[in-house]
Amino acid sequence: MIQQEWPLWEVFIRSKQGLDHKHVGSLHAADAAMAMQNARDVYTRRLEGVSIWVVESRHIHASNPDEAAEFFEPAADKVYRHPTFYDVPDSIKHM
Amino acid sequence: MATPDLSPAQLAAPTYPAELRSQLFQYVVQLADTSLILAHRLSEWCGHGPVLEQDLALSNIALDLLGEARSYYQYAAELEGRGRTEDDLAYLRSAVEYRNPLLVEQPNGDFAYTIVRQFLFDNFHYQLLKELKAGPDARLAAIAEKSLKEAAYHLKWSSEWLIRLGDGTPESRRRLDKAIAALWRFAGELTTPTPGESHLQELGLVPDYAALLPAMQAHVAHVLAEATVPLPTAPVAQLGGKTGRHSEHLGYLLAELQYLQRTYPGLTW
Amino acid sequence: METLAPDLSPEAQFQARIDADIRIEPKDWMPEAYRKTLIRQISQHAHSELVGMLPEGNWITRAPSLKRKAILLAKVQDEAGHGLYLYSAAETLGTSRDQMLADLHSGKAKYSSIFNYPTLSWADMGCVGWLVDGAAILNQVPLCRTSYGPYARAMVRVCKEESFHQRQGFEIMQTLCEGAPVQKEMAQEALNRWWWPTLMMFGPKDADSPNTEQSMKWRIKRFTNDELRQKFVDMMVPQAEFLGLKVPDDKVQWNEERQAYDFGEVDWEEFWNVVKGNGLCNHERLQARVQAHEEGAWVREAALAHAAKRKERAAVAA
Repeated sequence: MIQQEWPLWEVFIRSKQGLDHKHVGSLHAADAAMAMQNARDVYTRRLEGVSIWVVESRHIHASNPDEAAEFFEPAADKVYRHPTFYDVPDSIKHM
Repeated sequence: MATPDLSPAQLAAPTYPAELRSQLFQYVVQLADTSLILAHRLSEWCGHGPVLEQDLALSNIALDLLGEARSYYQYAAELEGRGRTEDDLAYLRSAVEYRNPLLVEQPNGDFAYTIVRQFLFDNFHYQLLKELKAGPDARLAAIAEKSLKEAAYHLKWSSEWLIRLGDGTPESRRRLDKAIAALWRFAGELTTPTPGESHLQELGLVPDYAALLPAMQAHVAHVLAEATVPLPTAPVAQLGGKTGRHSEHLGYLLAELQYLQRTYPGLTW
Repeated sequence: METLAPDLSPEAQFQARIDADIRIEPKDWMPEAYRKTLIRQISQHAHSELVGMLPEGNWITRAPSLKRKAILLAKVQDEAGHGLYLYSAAETLGTSRDQMLADLHSGKAKYSSIFNYPTLSWADMGCVGWLVDGAAILNQVPLCRTSYGPYARAMVRVCKEESFHQRQGFEIMQTLCEGAPVQKEMAQEALNRWWWPTLMMFGPKDADSPNTEQSMKWRIKRFTNDELRQKFVDMMVPQAEFLGLKVPDDKVQWNEERQAYDFGEVDWEEFWNVVKGNGLCNHERLQARVQAHEEGAWVREAALAHAAKRKERAAVAA
């Protein structure tokens, strides 16, 4: 007997039109069609979504927490990327 | 819980002549019984499914069918106009008064049995609801419109599982073949009209089963081909459930279903 | 990663993050003991959801009205969902669901002992929802802020869905208590059986709970067993009074000074007995799970085999 588990899938749901898909959890399924149906049965029992993405977990590449410093900290001092960095005269509207 | 939103006009039972009203009552009760009994069977799986994800799927289908049954019972009670409720109809009628076809009362067996039973029913149910939705009775049309979306999903689910089991492992194939051999003979009753149904069909009030058959057969042929399963030679159809002549299984099912209402008559739960 | 104290050892850095209420995520460094404790606790929690389907599942086919049937089925189905969220959370720690199930089936992993008690009447559906879910919610709400991210997120989802469970249980009890005398008796009889086992759900007394201190330090746990038990009694005694039911403990009395209810001692011998596997339903609950899993093996294999065939065909066609 093959003692093998169904692959793990990550589930992303768009809760309403206009919003991003958001990671909601994971589940097991033998194939993509089943993963989609399982996602519907498991994660949208209370009208939580209008669109589902599933992706096999092994296809996800995650950043390494040990490299978090070099990955994310350089962005911390680039305040000029944020609009509040700039002073706009009060008399200027619509900016 | 699952009653579709109906306008007051739809909620008022149409003014059918008394005899027609009683015939339509029978028909709606039959729809209700069918969905309830299958929901009951599927609910027996809850907590015992082959994998957690499919446990949830089986319960979802059961809940859909239960909701549909309740909508039909409520309509039937109104058609009857004798003050009975959905629960009176479900809990206080005996097996000979139940009008579900034999197929849906058959025990769950193994997962292959459950899938074959579900597939045969879903294939019929989906086509029936499509017609009911376009039918002249506004109330039935409204219930069908809601249930059709659910039934489309059920049919997809059971079709895909039938294909997996047929074209899976030798063991799944052996079990599927056994389930087909045991259950195919109950499919014919779904589309064999009782005298009451024939009458309503002639009046154009309910869907004509003959019109459903081509689409049903095409889907069966498609799914079985995908499953690499040869089309079973048409077995002698087992009839009876729709006229109250059931298999032995229904009595036990109802004994369980109706236990509290029968033991403590007239109480509110 | 927010490095709060770069000069410290990984353990000390980890504890500093915990103390700063920064969530731990799957790929972050964590002490092996933290990982093990979490796997044990989350899988135990998941198993409880799974086994917990059985006592209530026992009444789905006998629910006394179509409405109750639908509610109960939806509730038990939710428990399957909760088990699934929790297994998924545990899987992020590097264990597999199959491994966790194998541990459950072999008896190595535990689940909540409450589910080793039988459900004997319809009022038990009321008690399980009202008392058992009530106790579970007290345990679970703090877990929404537990230190491990995936566990906390799973619990947020569980708690959100769980809120109707206790209400439906209370509604069943209320309907029975406002019904015929025979229904009220049914309700009281069920309360008599469920009260003490529910108090046991919070686990052994703090003095006898060896894991509590470390779990609190790691913020896996945020209240002690005895604190939660007291909270539960304080919550439930007035509710029982509202229903016109009597809690089966003569020592229950309002303590003005403590602003809390005094109550009697749990029968710890019974508690340990059931934990060790000698409850009425231990055997059949586990048996039911093992059977479902074993009888499902060919179904799971068939699905995998079919998926593999499809993939192969697609590859050939491409």
